[in-house]
Amino acid sequence: MAEELIKKYNIKKVENCIYSIPKTADMKVGALLFLSESLLKNVEDGAMKQARNVATMPGIQKAAVAMPDMHEGYGFPIGGVAAMDIEKGCISPGGIGYDINCGVRMLATPLTKDDVMPKARQIVEAMFEHVPCGVGSKSDIRLSQEELNKVLNKGARWAVDNNYGFEDDLEHCESNGSLPDANADYVSSRAKERGKNQLDTLGAGNHFLEVQYVDKIFDKEVAKGFGIEKEGQITVMIHCGSRGLGHQVCSDFIREMEKTNPELLQQLPDRQLVYAPLGSDLAKRYFGAMCAAANYAWCNRHIIAHRVRTAFKQVFGTKPEELKTIYDVAHNIAKIEEHVIDGKKKKVMMHRKGATRAFPAEHPEIPKAYRKIGQPAILPGTMGTASYILVGTQKGLEMAFGSTAHGAGRAMSRHGALRQFRGETIKKELEAHNIIVKSASWKGIAEEAPKAYKNVDEVIKATEGSGICKIVARVRPIGVVKG
Amino acid sequence: MKYKYLEHTADLKFQAFGKSMEEAFANAAIAMFDFVTKTGQIEPKMEEKIEVQSEDNKSLLYDFLEQFLFLIDTKRFLLHEIKDIKIKRVNHEKLKLSATAVGDAADHKYQIGGDIKAVTYNDMFIRKEDDHYVVQVLMDI
Repeated sequence: MAEELIKKYNIKKVENCIYSIPKTADMKVGALLFLSESLLKNVEDGAMKQARNVATMPGIQKAAVAMPDMHEGYGFPIGGVAAMDIEKGCISPGGIGYDINCGVRMLATPLTKDDVMPKARQIVEAMFEHVPCGVGSKSDIRLSQEELNKVLNKGARWAVDNNYGFEDDLEHCESNGSLPDANADYVSSRAKERGKNQLDTLGAGNHFLEVQYVDKIFDKEVAKGFGIEKEGQITVMIHCGSRGLGHQVCSDFIREMEKTNPELLQQLPDRQLVYAPLGSDLAKRYFGAMCAAANYAWCNRHIIAHRVRTAFKQVFGTKPEELKTIYDVAHNIAKIEEHVIDGKKKKVMMHRKGATRAFPAEHPEIPKAYRKIGQPAILPGTMGTASYILVGTQKGLEMAFGSTAHGAGRAMSRHGALRQFRGETIKKELEAHNIIVKSASWKGIAEEAPKAYKNVDEVIKATEGSGICKIVARVRPIGVVKG
Repeated sequence: MKYKYLEHTADLKFQAFGKSMEEAFANAAIAMFDFVTKTGQIEPKMEEKIEVQSEDNKSLLYDFLEQFLFLIDTKRFLLHEIKDIKIKRVNHEKLKLSATAVGDAADHKYQIGGDIKAVTYNDMFIRKEDDHYVVQVLMDI
């Protein structure tokens, strides 16, 4: 497969763990792939085709970029990154995804593995009880139309104003958990209807809460700066997004973009790549609504973190403020950013789909606390395997628009996983490795079986091998709540 | 056979079949809900009227299936069967679909497994093959 693909797409090796697809007539730029040799061998033809399709989009700058966990998605590949000229470019919902601002928040606790292991089952049960999860789960928070609009316009700030979490959390959150360009008026009533009872819910699928311990610190100084003091320290990861509200925003605008420009559909290599030209009223409204959905997701993770703190207080007697936010990253989003292109600073509409922003030290957009060390990038693995904390590098900023992978990346279909694995068996296997799993459904566990994913260590190898990020620490799971 | 699931790394991909386009669309809804739960176990306790108007066959299928995501989120609706599905051309440009979705609200008595985020156009097709229709859909999960 690899040989055929390399030939088909004329893939060239640039340097260690970096490959390129040279520009051809229909492409506006080439494509740049951050993959190890073994990852390259396993990339689907469909994912390559999608990376190539991205390079044909109007106003794309430098290169269509794909991260080490790239795999086939719809529109953009998962792990797709593209910078569009702010005046002549476009914004495409297919380059962001339906789950707008799906992302990860990570908390550092003062507890150690020895404190938590004996009560692993209790903390998993307590988190499961405090955070509604699974299909159709409902939250206890009832929002009026007016309050929902505030959530959409203010993001995680709304949560702090309403006594969930702390000011300090906002300071350790990408964009402080609130995008100023959000405009709740651009979000349809249908999307609001879907979202009004889902704030403070985890959802299902690959969303999870995980209690972990620091298994290895690779860079002591940076780790310390992030609040990771020692091996054995307990951390928590929260992975979820903007729920039905975000999905509906994406869908509403895909449909409107199609209806507004039917001729465009004839020219596109994939209908899912439909876009609005930047500067148009439609692009302005989509961007405002997308930012609003991103704010909803940040508010959601923020409130869920509050529930996790409550669960920890109940089981371990820790004070809520003792669980500190390390960082909160978005991995399905578009943002206006400044990047150096052809030697000049230029404003672009940065699309990241299944990719995490990872800015280096001294970048003005990262929290003051991290200005000297660089931005933490959080890379969750699977239920049974390690997750990583990385830090952005200058090379990553220059070559990958300051981006990195967002996870292990699936290797097997959910359907395939369901055929091969049984939830009960996976649960027992994980328990034999001292990992407690609790899910709203057995099926959910089987679908997310560790073997259904790529080896996260291989993704890390390509990330560090290419130099787009540096490894800071590795964590391993103790307890998992799956939606 | 009402439908079959296809291999896809990250998402839910399936083909649904029918003697008419209507039947193929209805079976696509069944394929979608059999992933979420099992339509066979859902009791026919509530009815939801579905009406969508779209510009072509693909967008009609997209809009039709999306109605269910809205119903799941807002009414915890789970499908048992589709009744009285009709597709007609309302003027030269538009297609109109009407149907009745029969099912029940999600409850602890039902096993719910999968979650669907969205319908996509990726690799979507609607084809007439000899005497039957085939529709292919990929859903973001």
